[in-house]
Formats: sequence, structure tokens, C-alpha cells
Amino acid sequence: MADKPAVLAHGLHKRFGASVALAGLDLSVATGTVHAVLGPNGAGKTTAVRILTTLLRADSGHAEVLGLDVSRRADELRSRIGLTGQYAAVDERLTGQENLEMFGRLYRLPVVSARTRAETLLERFDLTDAARRQAGTYSGGMRRRLDLAASLILAPPMLFLDEPTTGLDPRSRIRMWEVIEDLVREGTTVLLTTQYLEEADQLARRISVIDGGRVIAEGTADDLKSQVSGDRLDIVIARGGDVDAARGVLARFASGEVTVDVNQRRLSAPMNRGAGVLPDLIRGVDEVGVTLEDIALHRPTLDDVFLALTGHHARDEAVPTNPDETITEELVTT
Amino acid sequence: MSTISGSAAAVAVRPLEGRSRVVWSLLDAWVICRRNLIQVRRVPELLVFSTIQPVMFVLLFVYVFGGAINVGPGVDYVDFLMPGIFIQTVIFGSMMTGVGLAEDRHRGLIDRFRSLPMSRGALLAGRTLSDLVRNAFVVVIMLLVGIAVGFRFGDTTVIAALVGFALVLLFAYAFSWVSAVIGLSVHNAEAAQSAGFIWVFPLTFASSAFVPVSSMPGWLQAFAEHQPITVTIDATRALFLGGPVASTLAQSLAWCVGLLAIFVPWCISAYRRSTSS
Repeated sequence: MADKPAVLAHGLHKRFGASVALAGLDLSVATGTVHAVLGPNGAGKTTAVRILTTLLRADSGHAEVLGLDVSRRADELRSRIGLTGQYAAVDERLTGQENLEMFGRLYRLPVVSARTRAETLLERFDLTDAARRQAGTYSGGMRRRLDLAASLILAPPMLFLDEPTTGLDPRSRIRMWEVIEDLVREGTTVLLTTQYLEEADQLARRISVIDGGRVIAEGTADDLKSQVSGDRLDIVIARGGDVDAARGVLARFASGEVTVDVNQRRLSAPMNRGAGVLPDLIRGVDEVGVTLEDIALHRPTLDDVFLALTGHHARDEAVPTNPDETITEELVTT
Repeated sequence: MSTISGSAAAVAVRPLEGRSRVVWSLLDAWVICRRNLIQVRRVPELLVFSTIQPVMFVLLFVYVFGGAINVGPGVDYVDFLMPGIFIQTVIFGSMMTGVGLAEDRHRGLIDRFRSLPMSRGALLAGRTLSDLVRNAFVVVIMLLVGIAVGFRFGDTTVIAALVGFALVLLFAYAFSWVSAVIGLSVHNAEAAQSAGFIWVFPLTFASSAFVPVSSMPGWLQAFAEHQPITVTIDATRALFLGGPVASTLAQSLAWCVGLLAIFVPWCISAYRRSTSS
């Protein structure tokens, strides 16, 4: 049982009209771990989560969650998984307590246990003081926690978190990470989608990088980082005239091409021998009479990984405007 | 420190089992209906505003336009008007079904509900039911307003009048499902509202609600006379004021049954396919 993955997906395809959301996605999530699906907007993360949580049907391919086929045994599956989507999907006009009681009833708890379960979860997520306030008055972080609490009513063994911290301030994000880490410690398997590299790095044991609807790389954060090109060494030299000499020394240690920024007097090269290379390198530079101003060995960040794999950054700074708002303006005529 | 998935919690959170599908559907629908009614209570302004509009219509038509409208010998205009006002009010009220669903969808709540083990039609049944309750409440208010400006039941019986109100609400219920399909097909609440009123407005005015159909030009009469709003208003009018009712009542019931037969399954299938946009 422990060897069987909690999530197993093979060749998932999904298209919406002309646009392809998933183009043969494969995914395997080990039971009891956090697995991050990392990708930019529109990579297919949400579509994948919706298929795995029975909300959408794949056009082709096969997916099992907790050993249950997501399309044929959807009803059984729904009471064993929790989903927290991109929106904090709680009723704003209901209080925190009323929200959780409602979801508890819809999970088919008896009235009394729906109430006590709501109280337990509110306490667990620091929401007891706000229990009798309408959720519409909550801060973003409180709303996400309430939303997460709603997913946990039946203490599901498998939890899907679709961008759980998007739009949260840094403090709320860290609080959310703690909550997720607690859940995993208690044995919950978590599949998490994110656009934040540091979030995947922080929480996930394994990471699937997806782009254009398929997985383009998979492994631990360290696997992915070393997959790029090992480390990168940057040096800054004191005199511009020493560039050629410094380049010659660096080339002896580099595992790839040395790049030079003449204006900044900065030379940069990939290395794959770890920190042990530094003493030899410094001696080498010294022998040819070059003075160093700065030297630094960088482990690649996941952003480097992403850039190397896809040719673009994971997070595009230009957030597309909400299409709903333009529609509103066109249609409201009265 | 309490745990989320610890064994103590696992005992406490065992769901009920062994009830029939029908019982579950009704219970789920009741939970949703209750939630919507709490919302109505929390935002009473919405109810107040949705009542002010028909009250304005009553005042406008009774005191401004009414004098110029000839509804036939021996009939007071206010008696002619009120059945039309009831129907107009509940149909506008039914448009809120779609608005509410579009809002749930926009906020991601439909995704959440669909990921729960609740029955498929429960969200829709609960929503249409709570809108029915709200409509019934507004009809009572409008009846009091009508009586205040001179509306009286005519040559009829208590039973006939009650059948009349039941018809008004049945018709409203059928239109709630039409509105629900619209609400699940558009992007947000504002769009649902606009998309609803675009066809409801002409349909209500090209009916016997405010003026006799016989005063309209011929091409319009042909439409106005047979459309569902007119036959339902005519049936209600006959039930409140007296007069032949069998034909219009049968037509109106046929419309209600027909609309429900088409739009309930359509709506459920739209719900099963809908995800938050």
C-alpha cells in the first residue's frame, strides 16, 4: 500500500476549443509527501488539479487518486480528497463557523459533529476569535485558512492545493507554509501547484516542472538545480586590462564557456567541482598577476532551472488583466 | 494540541451512511437553501430594493398611466394591474437565481461544491428553493401594497385565489431554472443580470401585464397573446377576479411543465460541466 503512489496520471490530454491545456501530462505522487507542480500561468496546473479532483474530465489519458479512477469512481473519491483552489472558496456572507458547518453538513456529518468539527478546525487555524464574523470581513490570509479548513473537514488523506499562497502577503504565506508542513507531518499527502519557486523549494520533496501542458522536468529541488549546469562562478577583477589573463585561468576550471562583461570587469563560468575549486582558482589567478575584487560561487536557483528548461521565467511580471472586468463593462447597460 | 488527522478526530468526523439518494438530495438542498436565506437576511437591502421597484410600478401605473388605459367596462385598472405586477415581480425575482449562481461560480464556490460528495442537483435545487421563498415573501408585500392602493379580489373564492398565488409561484419557479442556465453560462453576476433582463423586459411589456393585448398592433398581438407571461397573467387574473379560466390555466401549466422539463436537465448538465472561470 505504501508503495502505491497517491496520485498516478498517465498521458492526460485536455483541450478547450482551440487551446491545448494538457498535452500528455504524466504525474506520480508518493504517499505521504508534498509534490509541487511548478509552472507559469497557463501551463496547465489548474486543469491538471481539476481533472484529478473530479471537476473536469480529461479528453484522453488515465488518472488514479488513492487507487481510485478519477472518472469512474468520482463519488467515492470526493469524500477522500480535499481541494483548496485559487480562490478562497468560502461564502462571504456566512460567518467562519457557519461556512464550516455548512461544508460539514455537505460532507454528510451529523449536525452535532459538523458543529464540533467546525470549532476544532477554527481553533486549529487561529480563527476562533473570528468564528462569528462574516468571512467577507476576513483578511486574505484568514480567508485562505478558512478555505483550507473547509477542505480538511473529513481529515482527507490526500489534499490538493492550487496556488494556495497566490496573492498573500509574505507573513501570511509563511503561516500557510507552516500549516501545510504540519499537515504533512500528520501523514497527509499534498499535491501543490505554485508559480513561486521558493515555495516549491521550501515545501516539496519532489517537483514537476510543467510548461505547455506537459512535464518538462522532474526531481528533487537539488536534482533540478544540478540538472542545469552545476554551479556558476562569478569573479570581478580590479583592472580591465587583465581580462584575457583572467579568462585563460577561468577556462582551465570551467565546465563550459566563460562569459565576460567588460564594462563590469565581471567574468562568469559554469563549474561542476563544487567549492573545492576555489583555492586552486584563486592561486591560479594570483600566479598570472590578476587582482580580484570579488569572487562568488552560486548554486543555481530554481529560476535558473526554469529559464534553462523553458526559455522564460516562471513568473511573468505582467499579470494579464482580469477578462471578467472587461466583460462587465460591455454588458452592463442599464 | 489538537491534530487534524489524528485518531480522535477521525472518530468524530465519520459521515452518516445508509440513507437513500433521494433523502440525501433533499438534505443537501436544504443545507444550500438555508445558506441562501441566511444571505438574504444578512443583506436586507437587496430585498428592500427588489420590492421598491415593483412598488414604483404600481404607483406609476395606478396613478400616472392608469387613467389613460381602458381595460374594459366595469373593471378597475388597479384590479387589472395587480396580477400583472405579481408576475412581473416574481419573474424579476427569478432572475436573481442566475445572478446568485454566477456569483458562486465567479468566487470559486461551485468548484468547491462540485468537489464535495454532495448530490449533483442539490446546489440548484437549494438555490431555486430559496429564491422561491424570497419570491413568496415579496408577493405578500406586493399584495399588501395592492390592497393599500385599492386592489380587491373580485367574484372569486378563497380556493381560487390561493390557486392563483400557487400558479404565480410555480411560474416563478420554472423561470428560476431558465435563469439558472443563463447564470451558469455567463462569466459573472453582472453579466447574468444583464443577460436576464435583456429578454425578460420586452417579454413582460409585450404581455397583458399593463395593457390589454387587444390594444396592441396586430403583429404584436399574435405574439403577445400566446406567450407564457400573458397566459399566466390572464389565468391569475381570472382566478383573482372571476371569469373563464380553464383554457389559460391549462396553457400556463403546460408552459411551466414544459420549461421545467427542458431547463432542469439542461441546468444540471451545465452545472456538471461548469468550473469557476
